[in-house]
Amino acid sequence: MLKQKKDNRSSYIILACAIGALLLVLLLENLNLILPSVPAVLLPTSQLFTVLKKAAVYSLVAVSMNLLNGFTGLFSLGQAGFMLLGAYTYAILMVPAAAKDQVYYLYGGAALNNSLQDILNGVFGSTGVGGTVSLILSVLIAMILGGLVAALFAWLIGLPVLRLKSDYLAIATLGFAEILRAIFQWQKLGPITNGANMIKSFPTYSDFNIRAGGKVVCYLSTFVPFLVAIICIIIMVLLVNSTYGRAFKAIRDDEVAAEAMGINLAKHKMLSFVTSSFFAGVGGVLFAMYVANAQAKVYTTTMTYEILLIVVIGGIGSISGSIIATFAYVACSEWWLRFLDAETYIGSFKVPLLRNGFRMVVFSIIIMIVVLFFRKGLLGDKELPEAIRRWKASAKVRKERKAQKAQKEAATK
Amino acid sequence: MQFAVSILLSGISVGGQYALIAIGYTMVYGILRLINFAHGDVFMVAGLLGIYLTATMPLYISLPLVLIGTVILGFAIERLAYKPLRTAPRMSVMISAIGVSYLLQNLATYITGGQPMTYPNIAILTKTVTIAGTPTKMAVLVTPILVIILVVALTQLINHTKIGMGMRAVSKDFETAQLMGIKINNVISATFIVGSALAAIGSMLYFSCYTAVTPTIGALPGLKAFVAAVFGGIGSIPGAVIGAFIIGICESIIKGLPSAWDVTVFSDAFTFALLIIVLVFKPTGLFGEKATDKV
Amino acid sequence: MSEKKNVLRVENATMQFGGVVAVDNLNLEVNEGEIVSLIGPNGAGKTTAFNVITGVYAPTNGQVWFDGECIVENYPQGKMKKLYKGQHAGEYTHVKEPTPDEITALGMARTFQNIRLWKSMTVFENVLIAKHMRRTSNMFSATFRGNHKEEAAQRQEVEELLELVGLSDVKDELATSLPYGKQRRLEIARALATHPKLLLLDEPAAGMNPQETLELTSFIGQIRKQFDITILLIEHHMDLVMDISDRIYVLDFGKLIASGVPAEIQNNERVIDAYLGVTDDAED
Repeated sequence: MLKQKKDNRSSYIILACAIGALLLVLLLENLNLILPSVPAVLLPTSQLFTVLKKAAVYSLVAVSMNLLNGFTGLFSLGQAGFMLLGAYTYAILMVPAAAKDQVYYLYGGAALNNSLQDILNGVFGSTGVGGTVSLILSVLIAMILGGLVAALFAWLIGLPVLRLKSDYLAIATLGFAEILRAIFQWQKLGPITNGANMIKSFPTYSDFNIRAGGKVVCYLSTFVPFLVAIICIIIMVLLVNSTYGRAFKAIRDDEVAAEAMGINLAKHKMLSFVTSSFFAGVGGVLFAMYVANAQAKVYTTTMTYEILLIVVIGGIGSISGSIIATFAYVACSEWWLRFLDAETYIGSFKVPLLRNGFRMVVFSIIIMIVVLFFRKGLLGDKELPEAIRRWKASAKVRKERKAQKAQKEAATK
Repeated sequence: MQFAVSILLSGISVGGQYALIAIGYTMVYGILRLINFAHGDVFMVAGLLGIYLTATMPLYISLPLVLIGTVILGFAIERLAYKPLRTAPRMSVMISAIGVSYLLQNLATYITGGQPMTYPNIAILTKTVTIAGTPTKMAVLVTPILVIILVVALTQLINHTKIGMGMRAVSKDFETAQLMGIKINNVISATFIVGSALAAIGSMLYFSCYTAVTPTIGALPGLKAFVAAVFGGIGSIPGAVIGAFIIGICESIIKGLPSAWDVTVFSDAFTFALLIIVLVFKPTGLFGEKATDKV
Repeated sequence: MSEKKNVLRVENATMQFGGVVAVDNLNLEVNEGEIVSLIGPNGAGKTTAFNVITGVYAPTNGQVWFDGECIVENYPQGKMKKLYKGQHAGEYTHVKEPTPDEITALGMARTFQNIRLWKSMTVFENVLIAKHMRRTSNMFSATFRGNHKEEAAQRQEVEELLELVGLSDVKDELATSLPYGKQRRLEIARALATHPKLLLLDEPAAGMNPQETLELTSFIGQIRKQFDITILLIEHHMDLVMDISDRIYVLDFGKLIASGVPAEIQNNERVIDAYLGVTDDAED
């Protein structure tokens, strides 16, 4: 009973954190409208908002990967493939009729004549409140469909490959992602996928900014990806803490024991795989909206590796770890460590090594250090509150020991 | 006819090059149960070394140096990135391998500036010869012969030398081998050295045919070589070689299919489809041994 | 019928790996409420027999009946057809190979020779997960807490179970931080949480000192009474076996060499020979 109460309390904390984060983002984004003058970092064009958007997208994908790799112990490297499915589903469904000829000009127009938004515009109207409703609804539907398409493919691929053991599963899912990439670049599917070219002109985050008379009166372009990512992550947290989540963890810890205790391995592995892929698909939709295009050649194994490394840095099996690691990783790579890529002169002295590409070298070295020396990552398999509690407890013990030692020394003197 | 010969030839040569990389994968997997994701990147570094070294010295010095440099790299990777994790779960080692791959690629991007580099012209390998009326590069002809010679030499090494016996023992049972006084670290290092040396030779042959070296060029041949190793039955050297030739020939047939079908994009995808089929229906590959898990 | 109801019956089960016959034509019965022991020297095929019963392996030939129903059946096929060395070939014609979880769902739960607890989880969670099988919620309702009543009930049951087996004072500790004897006890508690009719214990006293073995003996007696279940166990500690078993089966080289009440087994020549290692020709 006590445990239940504690669970309730922690869910309130999570909810409060989520709402707090959302409000903070909303405030940050709109400070430039509220205050007469703000520092450059808070202007809508600032790097800060790019980082926040990308980090929100990546944290969703990282958590979805952690659900599979960290909580179920299934080592899959297909995340980029599922993102691709989500991104393309969204892009194909959302290119407005007016832009189809221009986007699909190589193929003389698209196979689909309408976009979801066009259809809903017909119902709700395309301007004013009706337009807003149809925008939100169509994006929402396309997003869920993107997730579902990824989940469906996960189910299909999962039937044969989930029986495979650790590293074979990894290589099979990786291969699957590569196959998908080839299919989406196939010229014969051009009228649908636009071949190897990018699909663009679909609604992105900036379409959610509220405008009045051509001027933005309320920025929502960072708020939207945050909202979606937070909702998805909360759902995954709930799942992980449910009876199914516990079953996943049992499979991770000891498959044989889990099966002997009545947990159907095939079914639960599939559930985890499909759920993880669903959220990776949604993550793909968010990514497509972030980069404002969908192009198969972006979703390479390198992307999967990047996400995997984020998960490793944060701690395999820790959701809060994944989120923190994502924000740190994205902020470093997109913003704080940018200076490493620029040739810099101090006076007439040229700082050595700084040149295009150096940032990624530093990055990979940091990653190797984490992998080799901090094997558990930032938080291990603990969540943030518990990690802090443990850290405090061990600090206390250390302090006491120090005090004892000092006492002893004083006594001997 | 001429067309068919040229497809077959290029298939055999690509297959031979994959075979040289695949042996490195299959040996490492046989011993450490590790998919060495960095192996393809070692192959790429060998290519870059070839470019930088031949720029400053004659071929007869630079090519042996490429071989030595690659071997040192392979050895260093094992010592620095895999050895500290020997007692860690297998996943940690695999992640470390991915990390090394990431590091090598980024390092290569930094050094080359991300631009494709052109592989030097190794006259013996790029000389044009005509086989059955089809003009082709010497490398195409040399590759299968060299592969066969190297495989025979390698089998001799594994079957008739002390270190080879060590390799066989370690691949059967890591812990027992250790208890029996086999210096596993030496055996593992030897495996990486052999694997890297073959990757270096593979790189010379491969880049003489496809001369552009980019930082990510190793990833795909690397993965394909791994597929070849799985296809042949991981841990089996002849299996890896046969698997590599089959994959190379299939790939070159796909590339040679009528352009109206536009299936060239699937030449890579085909390899992975083959992988999934093999894993699902015969996870031990063509020549692999069956292993059972104990409860 | 005054006769006790049959819970488990293994019929002509043979398990052959390649050319090696690990279990040869095993016939075994366990009746309701009994404690039955399966003993034999190392490598006699006891754990293999357990694995056949619990679905980890499908037998090469033979049947397993549980609660009056045939749950496992197999016959030699493919390559095994030629290789098969056992008896009763051709007698069975159906294939029934349920997975271990399906067998557990029928009401049979086991422990392991080498303890297999879920390492990263607490004592409480270890037992709670065993309740997962009896859930009625699907993933959606579980995620959105539509099952909170069931969850609360499960937690309550686990509390009570831990109280019964005397582990409630350590319920929030990591399972692997417990002393060895308590880990064994926890593994049994975890198996009990699945509501089994038949509990299979694979060497529950392995690695225990005499004191712990004594405690375990009384513990097994206690749970039989409290949970009204039937127990089949593999054990090497003869004190424990003779103390609590109603009947004993003895395996040697995969074959059943004796069965009966403890007193009979104690005086059985062949059993003594098997344990002391008399050569085959001396036996003739």
